[in-house]
Amino acid sequence: MDTFVQQLINGLTVGSIYALIALGYTMVYGILRLINFAHGDVYMIGAFAGFFLAHGLGFAAEPSVVGLGVTLVGSMAVAAVIGMAIERFAYRPVRKYARMTTLITAIGVSLLIENLGVVIFGNAPRAFPGLMENQTYPLFGNAAISKTQLLIFGVSVALMLLLQWIIYHTKVGTAMRAVSFNLNSAKLMGINTDAIIVFTFALGSALAAAGGVLTAQYNPTIYPLMGIITGLKAFVAAVLGGIGNIPGAVLGGLLIGAAETLVVGYGQVVGIPSTYRDAVAFAILILVLLFRPAGLLGTTVQEKV
Amino acid sequence: MPSFAKRAAAAAALVVAIVVANAMLSEEGLFGFGVPRYWAHVLMLAGVNVILAVSLNLINGFTGQFSIGHAGFMAIGAYSSAYLTVYHAQAWERSLGGAVGETAAGVVVFLLAILVGAVVSGLAGLVVGVPSLRLRGDYLAIVTLGFAEIIRIVILNMDVVGGATGFTVPGETNFLWVGSFAVITILVVHNIVRSDTGRALISIREDELAAEAMGINSTRYKVLSFVIGSMFAGIAGALFGHYTKFLSTNDFTFLRSFEIIIMIVLGGMGSITGSVLGAVVITILPEFLRQLPAVGGYNLADLRLVIYSALLILIMLTRPQGVLGEREFGFNWLRRAQKRPEGDEAVGAGGGVPIDERPARTVANEAGGDAAGGGEKR
Repeated sequence: MDTFVQQLINGLTVGSIYALIALGYTMVYGILRLINFAHGDVYMIGAFAGFFLAHGLGFAAEPSVVGLGVTLVGSMAVAAVIGMAIERFAYRPVRKYARMTTLITAIGVSLLIENLGVVIFGNAPRAFPGLMENQTYPLFGNAAISKTQLLIFGVSVALMLLLQWIIYHTKVGTAMRAVSFNLNSAKLMGINTDAIIVFTFALGSALAAAGGVLTAQYNPTIYPLMGIITGLKAFVAAVLGGIGNIPGAVLGGLLIGAAETLVVGYGQVVGIPSTYRDAVAFAILILVLLFRPAGLLGTTVQEKV
Repeated sequence: MPSFAKRAAAAAALVVAIVVANAMLSEEGLFGFGVPRYWAHVLMLAGVNVILAVSLNLINGFTGQFSIGHAGFMAIGAYSSAYLTVYHAQAWERSLGGAVGETAAGVVVFLLAILVGAVVSGLAGLVVGVPSLRLRGDYLAIVTLGFAEIIRIVILNMDVVGGATGFTVPGETNFLWVGSFAVITILVVHNIVRSDTGRALISIREDELAAEAMGINSTRYKVLSFVIGSMFAGIAGALFGHYTKFLSTNDFTFLRSFEIIIMIVLGGMGSITGSVLGAVVITILPEFLRQLPAVGGYNLADLRLVIYSALLILIMLTRPQGVLGEREFGFNWLRRAQKRPEGDEAVGAGGGVPIDERPARTVANEAGGDAAGGGEKR
């Protein structure tokens, strides 16, 4: 029982990071009907921005809450700028073309960031400095929760609540919802849709960067290709929850994280070796798309002729 | 020259070209004239890439179903054929060798291994395609990517084919094999595209709903094109495995799939010659870059992936249909002599005169007739 609880806690920790990244996928998809393949790489950029901020500002040497906060917010800002640049220079010019074109562009941007990352940062993994003294609190039996895990839960929940507030209680959030409902009508109503799209990218990228820094606190190895698999899993999370649906992305992220950890923990019992860890998300994706393509919380959209 | 003789001559020329190329690429060379080993290696890989690109173009370019999991099917072909050659080929060759001679037995067994690779890949394509081709656009892309990764992870966990340590394979591939299969791939895809099946595929690409409304069973045709594409990917994988003599699942990550996509996007989705061009350019490009001087401390060949991806974005921004778009070049000799069918005017256009008794056609009255026919329909 305590092992199960422990696995669940670990799974939900990973899951809340998937959820943070999935939010960016789902928001962009909701507005542009575009899978932003580069989103996972923005998560990587967030982690690296955090790495350089922490070292550059000296937080790596002496862990402190302020240092963690500054690193987190700083890397979110860097990623937001990168996200806006991606939208402005790669996606906006091809928006008028067929969807296949935008999809290939997105793949191209993703490959470009990854390979530039390899050239600039080098292929070797780096160790992210711990920005907070870690400590483990026993729950019951052998189950325990670490301070880092609490931090990840706390920050993710705070960011999700902030996002919820932005989307439902601010003017720009109302505009975002209008654009996602119908871009052309929103434009006719006087909404500066380009600005809203840029804002959506900035918001999503900032959340991904937060995910990057938080992951690095939990699992301190960062490398330029770290965003590929994590990004894909977060995308699966968004699809599982119902793409375009914000609570769905959170739910999907938590479920994927939990499923993955449970397969690693208990897979051997039913004959699934733990090396299948990365296949779990894809298997879930395929099942979801076959049996409930709209996702758990999504609604089916009738195709118009 | 009659069209049959022309085609036979072209075919003969092609065979001679492949044999000569094979001789020049081999260790001994053709009467002492040989291609340096390194370039021979590059050309072999280019041949494998041509098979991959042309077969993916059938799925992505002509049917409009965006698959980014081609490397997965390549892996299946590579591993299943390698399994045969490693575990069964010797016994088969021995039992066959007595009847037809050693060389012939080797050729037959290798051909069999390649075909098994193709069939297994095709079956995998069927299993993957039937459920996932109901999805459209982005979803299909992600699902194919997911399947390819699952295939890779499953192979990674199969100890019988080496698992994570890799799989050593006997080497049998030479340019005779690669060149022949590249030509076969091009011919098959070309003929499919020119057939009624190909028209159905293109109509699905242009507008799936409209195609369905015209009575085309779109799922059937999509799966068909996916299975054929997967089979050729399997062939490419089999050739690749028996050429490099060592298989590792790292050769079949989604980066490989992306590389194939870059080839067909560069050449033009919906152009066979474009894919061939794209495959050759993308295979040779890094070797040219290697010879250029370093820029800012970086060798350009190390930046090749950066250059590819920037190129991909650049093509999308400036010429989304690729360099050739949907045009082809140099395929005229393949085309059958076109004979215009008799009696294709609109009913009643001939004024009730039997076809045999009508005056011979001229260009002028033909054009006029077409225009009139068009007018009547509207």
